[in-house]
Amino acid sequence: MRTVAVVGASLAGLSAARSLRKQGFDGRLVVIGDEPHRPYDRPPLSKEFLSGTLGEAELALEAEGEDLAAEWLLGARATGLDHTARSVRLAHGPEVRADGFVIATGAVARALPGSAGLAGVHTLRTLDDARALRDELAGGGRLVVIGGGFIGAEVASTAYALGLDVTVVEAAPTPLAGPLGATMGAVVSGLHTDHGVRLLCGVGVKGLSGERRVDAVLLEDGRSVPADIVVVGVGALPCVEWLEGSGIVLDNGVKCGADGRTSLAGVVAVGDCANWYDPRAGHHRRVEHWTGARERPEAAVATLLAGGAVEPGVPRPPYFWSDQYGVRIQFAGHAAEADSITVEAGAADDRDVLAVYRRDGRPVAVLGMNQPRLFMRARKQLAAGTS
Amino acid sequence: MMIPACRLADLPRGEAFRLDADPPVSVFHTDDGEVFAIDDTCTHQDASLADGWLEGCEVECPLHASKFDLRTGAVDSPPAKLPVRTHEVVVEDGMIYVRLSTEAPNLPPCISARLAGGPA
Ligand SMILES: Cc1cc2nc3c(=O)[nH]c(=O)nc-3n(C[C@H](O)[C@H](O)[C@H](O)COP(=O)(O)OP(=O)(O)OC[C@H]3O[C@@H](n4cnc5c(N)ncnc54)[C@H](O)[C@@H]3O)c2cc1C
Ligand code: FES
Repeated sequence: MRTVAVVGASLAGLSAARSLRKQGFDGRLVVIGDEPHRPYDRPPLSKEFLSGTLGEAELALEAEGEDLAAEWLLGARATGLDHTARSVRLAHGPEVRADGFVIATGAVARALPGSAGLAGVHTLRTLDDARALRDELAGGGRLVVIGGGFIGAEVASTAYALGLDVTVVEAAPTPLAGPLGATMGAVVSGLHTDHGVRLLCGVGVKGLSGERRVDAVLLEDGRSVPADIVVVGVGALPCVEWLEGSGIVLDNGVKCGADGRTSLAGVVAVGDCANWYDPRAGHHRRVEHWTGARERPEAAVATLLAGGAVEPGVPRPPYFWSDQYGVRIQFAGHAAEADSITVEAGAADDRDVLAVYRRDGRPVAVLGMNQPRLFMRARKQLAAGTS
Repeated sequence: MMIPACRLADLPRGEAFRLDADPPVSVFHTDDGEVFAIDDTCTHQDASLADGWLEGCEVECPLHASKFDLRTGAVDSPPAKLPVRTHEVVVEDGMIYVRLSTEAPNLPPCISARLAGGPA
């Protein structure tokens, strides 16, 4: 393999480029990314960067002086993959020919239909989004966050600390019930009300009102919530539309084997855009967390360099963290598989807890709030498949 | 400066002891019976490495899983980018002493900002 093109220049793309070099690939390495920025870290965008404790320079993912001997095509959007010609088409500029491809185009924030062009309405995925939102939060006022998931909750927490008046609107009866299950979802989202942030659950959003600038969020039950700023945190969609027509199988992102291989030879996919097969669960899963985007490229790159001739390992259970209202939330595994949850340390009411989720007595997930030490141990046991 | 940490007998293999210095230091007793001291605070964010996972001569940060080498302080992979300081360890009469490094610590930005009186 002489040339590898990595499409997507963020965490998963950078991790793939690093793994390529680490695993001995010394050919031409081209990294293509549509943002103008060098790879940066997204988790602080809803936390320390948004609050102003972390500057832009500190978001850099590359170490000082790090040189992967790669060609960086930044500000370059890929518009197609031609598998026969083995090339990536770009919106501007000549196509990039390569023998191997790593798809790492991540995801985009889902927008609220009908909100385009209305000032004061934000989504949060990129550095540019975060800059715009940070500048606006600095003016204070009433913030309405649509969506009580992790990003929405973190924005609410950060804005609350900045002194804004915050309301969170969530369509489901309990926020975070998807990732954490209803019981623990209620405990974690109780952080909002603990701090006097309003939480409106079980009601959908009908639309936004305002002429040029948003002035309220209209709910399906007829209520109207006044707003100076609105953040839409209703999930993300994998960036794979550019692959349509390439012959690659897409199904909730790029469909991959347990080692990152796609339906096309010489093409692997990693990170938020990739729907990997999970051998433990027996089905595919698209995991949108930092640690997966950081770790899985190693396996995918091994697959790519070996021409697909490696045994896929069993991936660690997915892990993510979130920081809200000064509480450190950590979660690993799959809540949906559980038939019981037990609190093993601390107390849910104190928001200081270690909870283990089990199915037929076997641990399938673990949640920690402000329990890094116990959580770390429980997570290792989960990965090792013991209790 | 040489400071007493704890008795070797009180620190089982595979465990860590957090020493309340400024900034805090953690002392690790590896499964092979060696004792090391490094800065306790991860260089990425405010996490205690004594809460981390010790394997061989490496400790994995409990928050975002960067691994630090106890012998050199070097970090293996992001999100942390800077090494932690290492400190000299002396065991005498069953007591563990730590000689604090005189180098400047690599504290995470959130802590540096707090020390500088910036936003917490
Ligand atoms: C605000 C925020 C907070 C988060 N907080 C946490 C957290 O606390 N804990 C946690 O575990 N995870 C968190 N995450 C999730 C984590 O950041 C993601 O899982 C991770 O960034 C995924 O990396 P990726 O490289 O797959 O995708 P991305 O980071 O989305 O990068 C994909 C890159 O590809 C580029 N791209 C897309 N299409 C094209 C194209 N056609 N051509 C060229 N380039 C293209 C994009 O512009 C982007 O730069 C957070 C995410 C956000 C947005
Ligand atoms: S706090 Fe240690 S790796 Fe992030």
